[in-house]
Amino acid sequence: MSSTTPPETKSLEVVPLRHYGRRVGAVVALVAVAMIIHTIFSKIPTQTGQTVCQVVNGTKSCHPLMVWRFSWDVVGQFFFSREILQGLWLTLQLTFISMAIGITIGVVIAIMRMSPSRVLSGTAWFYTWFFRGTPVIAQLTFWFNIHLIYPTLSIGIPFTSLTLVHFDTTTAFTPYLAALVGLALNEGAYMSEIVRSGLISVDEGQIEAATSIGMTRGQTLRLVILPQAMRVTIPPTGNEVISMLKTSSIASVVSVFELFGTQGLISSGNYLIMGLLITGSLWYIVVTTILSAGQFYVERYYARGALRTQPLTPIQRLRRDLVGIAGKFRTPRPAVTR
Amino acid sequence: MTAMVEARGVTKSYGPVPVLRGVNLSVATGEVTCLIGPSGSGKSTFLRCINHLEKHDAGELLVEGQLVGYEQRGDKLYERSLKQICAQRADIGMVFQRFNLFQHLSVLDNITIGQVKVKGVSEEHAVARARELLARVGLEAKEKNYPAQLSGGQQQRVAIARALAMEPKLMLFDEPTSALDPELVGEVLDVMRDLARSGMTMMVVTHEMGFAREVANSVYFLDQGVIEESGPPLDVLSHPRSERLRNFLSKVL
Repeated sequence: MSSTTPPETKSLEVVPLRHYGRRVGAVVALVAVAMIIHTIFSKIPTQTGQTVCQVVNGTKSCHPLMVWRFSWDVVGQFFFSREILQGLWLTLQLTFISMAIGITIGVVIAIMRMSPSRVLSGTAWFYTWFFRGTPVIAQLTFWFNIHLIYPTLSIGIPFTSLTLVHFDTTTAFTPYLAALVGLALNEGAYMSEIVRSGLISVDEGQIEAATSIGMTRGQTLRLVILPQAMRVTIPPTGNEVISMLKTSSIASVVSVFELFGTQGLISSGNYLIMGLLITGSLWYIVVTTILSAGQFYVERYYARGALRTQPLTPIQRLRRDLVGIAGKFRTPRPAVTR
Repeated sequence: MTAMVEARGVTKSYGPVPVLRGVNLSVATGEVTCLIGPSGSGKSTFLRCINHLEKHDAGELLVEGQLVGYEQRGDKLYERSLKQICAQRADIGMVFQRFNLFQHLSVLDNITIGQVKVKGVSEEHAVARARELLARVGLEAKEKNYPAQLSGGQQQRVAIARALAMEPKLMLFDEPTSALDPELVGEVLDVMRDLARSGMTMMVVTHEMGFAREVANSVYFLDQGVIEESGPPLDVLSHPRSERLRNFLSKVL
């Protein structure tokens, strides 16, 4: 072992480690996915046992009537029906209006919560505690029945009999409004915590810098803190929008026939329960997909400045992958030399 | 002529811990003053009291003869309205150890936002002034970049430009080079040297003794919340009288 001759320079091929477990797992997953797709698009005999008979060359042969297991024919029939689309429209209204109000409430409550005033922060804490502590379905039912305890509503000077405007609660508080108010107030409580986490995440130094150039507290909040808090608040807010899309189906208990309520109403008449349920659910998936894509781009927008390089969009990523794969075929991988 | 900054018996404590125990100091207009001292001696806290980022507990702190953050009526000090305090702050530029550039804004927007939103300068003028300042700190090519894309030294130069955009009459530097890699310190000090030459009144908390020696008109040595020694840099840095300053200098030089 005393040889000091330098090792010969030769090319060595790199053999990557083979992950056998991963390959087995992939095969199992593929089989499972194939089975699921197969069953989703399979046909079964009708529940009523109907048969179809044919006479071929004088002999009569009968076989059971086959229908789609997942009622795709019913889905096709109702997917773009007027009632379902109206229900969808109402669902979108409830989702976006209540989210808009909820986010506004959330910002206000979060700022109150961080106020040096104990009264303001205490009030904000109470709001969050109360609305997070009761089920949404109970809140919606409460607003729906508010006329039972407040037959009239008026705007005036507190603790006096001076009133300016006067409402009859039953007519003013329609089911739609009750659902909207209930969803928005509940959402405000959740959003306030999300906004607060965003506000806390902004570095103290940003506030000092804004203060040092003479910005007021309001300007600092609006121009410096909130825009930077956005980056942290957007992913959970996107989650809340998607969650709200589906939570809004609770409005059906206060007789607001949004998407879920509408499909239930139709199927209670024609008994095509599965078909309509799938119709409604598919619409929820479609909207969720669109919202998720939108979230990606909003996140990307607010990440500017926080990252040195912007994350790729799915389209850019796809192009990069395709170029990469094409490149693999074009030139052989160079061997490592030493 | 009134001094730019005048401190008389300024004290401040965080709960039971005293940080400043009667600081007396005077800075004339156009002078460069360096504050040196061991960490925890209260030099940063004192600097932050000057633009009311921290509130001092007792004593008088005047900028151009005006009490910072307070108004004297009879024998009481009334805290000024937030608007007045903001106006006072806008005249005092500050540069931080960790730069604190607005991360969500481009370099150009970092420099224009204060001019437009606080001083009410038109967008057009603000941009022109920002470009002028960027040229002055040697970063005219970086106006579209975001802070995260710049080196520490570049960020600190942008931070100086941001402060200068407000046309301050006094600039405070809180350890402006302490967070920088050694090879980036020089470029920031060059900008500061240039600024001192232009006649800006500057107060600099620093550990850069070379800078203090070369640029400062006077050096104050703070220790345990009081000014232990002060005077022209050559006296203070080359002929320290107190044991504590000798000790401190032997560690940093």
